[in-house]
Amino acid sequence: MAVPGALPVLNEKVVEYAVKAGLATNCTISRDSKNDRKNYFYPDLPKSYQISQFDKPLCEHGYVEIEVDGKKKKIGLTRIHIEEDAGKLNHDEYGRGSLVDLNRAGVPLIEIVSEPDMRSTEEADKYLRKIKSILEYIEVSDCKMLEGSLRADVNVSVRKKEQKEYGTRTEMKNMNSFKSISRAIGYEIERQIEVVENGGKVEQETLRWDEVSGKTFSMRDKEDAQDYRYFPEPDLVAIRLSEEYIENIRNNLPELPETRKERYLKEYKLTEKEAKTITASKYLSDFFEEAIEICHNPKAVSNWLLSDVARIMNEMELEPDEIPFEAKDLAELVELIEKGTISSKIAKDVLEKLFENPEKPSKIIKDNGWVQISDEGAIKEVVQKIISENPKSVEDFRNGKDRALGFLVGQAMKETKGKANPQMLNTMFKDLMR
Amino acid sequence: MDITELTVHELKEKLDNKEITYAEVTKAYVNRINEKEKDIEAFVTNLGEEAIQKSIEIQERLKNGENLGEYAGIPIGLKDNMCTKGIKTTCSSKMLENFISPYDGTVVNKVINEENMINLGKLNMDEFAMGSSTENSAFKKTKNPWDLSKVPGGSSGGSAAAVAADMVPWALGSDTGGSIRQPASLCGVVGLKPTYGLVSRYGLVAFASSLDQIGPITKDVKDAAILLSLIAGHDEKDSTSMDMPKKDYTKALKNNVKGLKIGVPKEFFGEGIDKEVKEALNKAIDKYKELGAIVEETSLNVAEYSLATYYIIACAEASSNLGRFDGIRYGYRTKNFTNLKEIYNNSRSEGFGAEVKRRIILGTYVLSSGYYDAYYKKAQQVRTLVKNEFERNFEKYDVILTPTSPITAFKIGEKSENPLEMYLSDICTVSVNIAGLPGLSIPCGVDSRGLPIGMQLIGKAFDEETILNAGYTYEQATNFRENYKPTFKKGGNS
Repeated sequence: MAVPGALPVLNEKVVEYAVKAGLATNCTISRDSKNDRKNYFYPDLPKSYQISQFDKPLCEHGYVEIEVDGKKKKIGLTRIHIEEDAGKLNHDEYGRGSLVDLNRAGVPLIEIVSEPDMRSTEEADKYLRKIKSILEYIEVSDCKMLEGSLRADVNVSVRKKEQKEYGTRTEMKNMNSFKSISRAIGYEIERQIEVVENGGKVEQETLRWDEVSGKTFSMRDKEDAQDYRYFPEPDLVAIRLSEEYIENIRNNLPELPETRKERYLKEYKLTEKEAKTITASKYLSDFFEEAIEICHNPKAVSNWLLSDVARIMNEMELEPDEIPFEAKDLAELVELIEKGTISSKIAKDVLEKLFENPEKPSKIIKDNGWVQISDEGAIKEVVQKIISENPKSVEDFRNGKDRALGFLVGQAMKETKGKANPQMLNTMFKDLMR
Repeated sequence: MDITELTVHELKEKLDNKEITYAEVTKAYVNRINEKEKDIEAFVTNLGEEAIQKSIEIQERLKNGENLGEYAGIPIGLKDNMCTKGIKTTCSSKMLENFISPYDGTVVNKVINEENMINLGKLNMDEFAMGSSTENSAFKKTKNPWDLSKVPGGSSGGSAAAVAADMVPWALGSDTGGSIRQPASLCGVVGLKPTYGLVSRYGLVAFASSLDQIGPITKDVKDAAILLSLIAGHDEKDSTSMDMPKKDYTKALKNNVKGLKIGVPKEFFGEGIDKEVKEALNKAIDKYKELGAIVEETSLNVAEYSLATYYIIACAEASSNLGRFDGIRYGYRTKNFTNLKEIYNNSRSEGFGAEVKRRIILGTYVLSSGYYDAYYKKAQQVRTLVKNEFERNFEKYDVILTPTSPITAFKIGEKSENPLEMYLSDICTVSVNIAGLPGLSIPCGVDSRGLPIGMQLIGKAFDEETILNAGYTYEQATNFRENYKPTFKKGGNS
C-alpha cells in the first residue's frame, strides 16, 4: 500500500530460495549483492518503485539442459535476482477498465532470466518445463501457474536466416499457462515474420496476449519509452553471503530430476523413457515413490502411471498435481491385482472411478460387486456351461487350434461380466477339454 | 516560577518533589500555546484540549501506582512528518492535508505509547522537510520567537520555535541536511542529529532515506541526552537501524573537557560565513581552551563539494520516495482528470508546492539514463570522499567544531525567491548527514541584533556521548539561557 513512513525489510527466505535455484541451475552465486529501486508510475505499483536488483543479482551465468531431437542443448541463464511483486491488474474483457489487486504487491519473488538461446516454440516450452521441474524439486515454488506462483515474461524476436544479430523483440508479461505461452509464441513468430516480409519494422514493446482471440495486442503507450532510473535502495542494507551459508544450502539441496532418473534406472530397473517421464514432474515422481513404498512393485506402478493414468489425465487435461486420488490408492489397486482379488480389466474400471470420485479401491470394488470369482466350483460351473454351448470351438481346440481357447475364455469372461479369474479359467478349460 | 521556562529535567525534579502536579504542567503549556500561537504559528495540529484530559488521566494512573515510563506525563511536540495513529500527519503539504496515519511510527510509539508522554500537537515544517526556513509549509509561516519578522529556520522550524517560545518543553524534529540543527541554531535552542542508524526511521515520512534521522530539539543539552536515550535503539522494522546496546546518554555528561581534542576546520570559517557568527565561534573556541580542551585548526577539504553532493543525493531519493503521492490511495486527488495520466499529473501539480516540485525534478534528472554517471554516481563517490575526510580527522580529534549556520535568522521572504541562496543555509550541516555522523547544535551567543548564534559539534559515528559532554560542559560554563531570552519583538531593525 506504500503507506507514508513504512519501510521494507529483506525477506531471508527469498535470498535462500534464489541461492537454491542458482545452485540447482549451475549459476555463480554472488557473495556481495544489493537491492535497487526501479522507478515508474503504474497503477500496479503503489510505491512508484519496485525493489529489485539491477547490477548485482544474487546469481549469474547458469544454464539448464533440454533435449531437442534426442540431443542435449544448453539454455543459458543470464541471472537470477530477487524482487518484490507488483499488484495484479485485472483487465476487463469488454474494455470497461481495469481493477487493481494489491494483495500480492510487495511479496518477494525470484526472477530467472534466460539467454536468448531458444529457437522455437518447442524449445521454449521444454525450457520452461525444465525450470518448473527444477523449482518443484528444490521446493522453491509449487509452480501453480494458474495461481500465479510461476509466471513467465516471454520475449520473442525473429531474424532472417543469414542475419547474425537478433531482431527487435517484443515482450508478453505475466503469462501463466504452457498452452497460452506456446500459442502466443507461435502467433508472435508468425506476426513478426509477416511484418518483416512486408518490409516493416517490429516495434520493441510490451504486448498483451488475448487468450480468446488468440492474438497479441499492444499494451502500453509506445511514447512511454521507460527510463527506470535505477539506484541503490537506501532503505535496505547490502547483502553479503558467507561461504558457509552457500555451502550449507548446496549440501542440503534436494535430489534433482536428473539424479533421480539415474536412480530409477538402477534401483527400479525402469526404462530410460519411463524414468524420464516420471521424474519430469516432482509430483508424479513423489507419487510413484510413495506408491512403491507400499506395494513394492515399481514396474507395475510405472505401467499404470504411464499408460492408463496418463491417458485419463490427458483426456481430463489434468496436471500431475491435480490427480484426485492418492498414491496409496494406486498401490492398493496394484496389490489387489497381484492378490487376484480383481482382474486388470476390472482394475481399469476402478481407476476410472478413482478419477471420478476418489475412494479406497477395495471399497469401490465392493460397492460395485467387482470381486473376482476365484472359487473353483463356480469357475467349473461356468466353464462347463460354455463348453456345452460351443461344441464347434471345443472341437477346434481338440484339433490343435489354440486360438479357440482364447475365444472360450472370452465367452466365460462375458458370462461372468469380467469377474472370473482368467488364470483359473485357462487351466479349467484345458483340464475339462482334454 | 514559570513552569514553561523549565527544562524537562527541572520539571521532573519538581514533579518528583511534588512541588507541582502533572496536570499543572500540561495546563501551563496549553495556556502558553494559547497565548503565543497567534504570534509564532508553530502548530499544524494543536492537541491542547486532549492533552489536558490525558494529563489528568496519567496523574491518576501514577497515583494508583501504575508503572508508566520515567517521563510519563511530560508533554512533547512532534514534527508533522512523524506518523501518529488517528492524528493527522500532513508534512505541511496540501498533498497530505487530510492524511491520517493508520499506525504510530517507532519513535512516536516509544515516546507516546511506551513512555506515556503527552502529545501537545504536530509542529509545522517545510513541506516534506524540504527547506531551511519553514516558509515552504503549505499552511502557515512559523515565526522566530527572537524576532517575529524572522524565520525560525527549517525544516523543523515549528519544533525549534515551539521549544524556544516555551510552548513545548521539548520536541522531536528530523534532520536530512541540517533540519534539526539549523533551526535550533536560529532559535537559540539545542538540537541533535544522531548518527545515521541510531534512531529508527520507521514511521517518518521519507524525504531522503539515506540521510534522514529523527532527533531531539530541547532547551539544554541534558534534555537532549535524556530524549535521545528514550528514542535510540534498534528496530527490526528499519533495516538501516543499528543493533547496539541501550545507553543512558546523561551518564556521558561529565562537565569536563580537559584534554578533549577539538578540530576546527578552516573551510567552515571562510567566505559566506557572517562576521559576527565567526566572532561568536572564536569566543567559544577560547572558552573551550580555557576549559582545558586542545583546540587546533584542521582541514576538511572536500567540504566545499558537500552541498552539491547533498542536493543530488537528497533530491534523487526524494524523487523516488515521493512517487507514492500519486492521487490514488491517499492524500490529495485532483478534481480535474479524464484519464490516469491526468490524475498523476494534476494531483501532483496541484498537491505539491514549488520547492518540492523543484527537488523532484532535480532528482528525476540526476537519475535519468545518460546523466546518472555524471551526477548520482559521482555524488556517491564524493560521499565516500567526505566520509574518508571525516575519518581522517577523527584519527586526530574527538570533536569537530563548526558554526551550525553561516548566518543568523533572516527575514521572512528574504530568500524564498532565491533557492540557491536558501540552499547555502545548509552549507555547514549537510556534510554531517552525508557522512552519517552525529551533530549537536548549541547556542553560543547572539549577534548585534540579538539573534542567536549556534555552534555545531560533530562526533564520530555512534559517539554521541563525546559531543553531548562537550556541549554540556560549554553550556554549564556559559549559561546562555540565563543571559539571553527570546523577546517576541515584532519587526526586526534589519
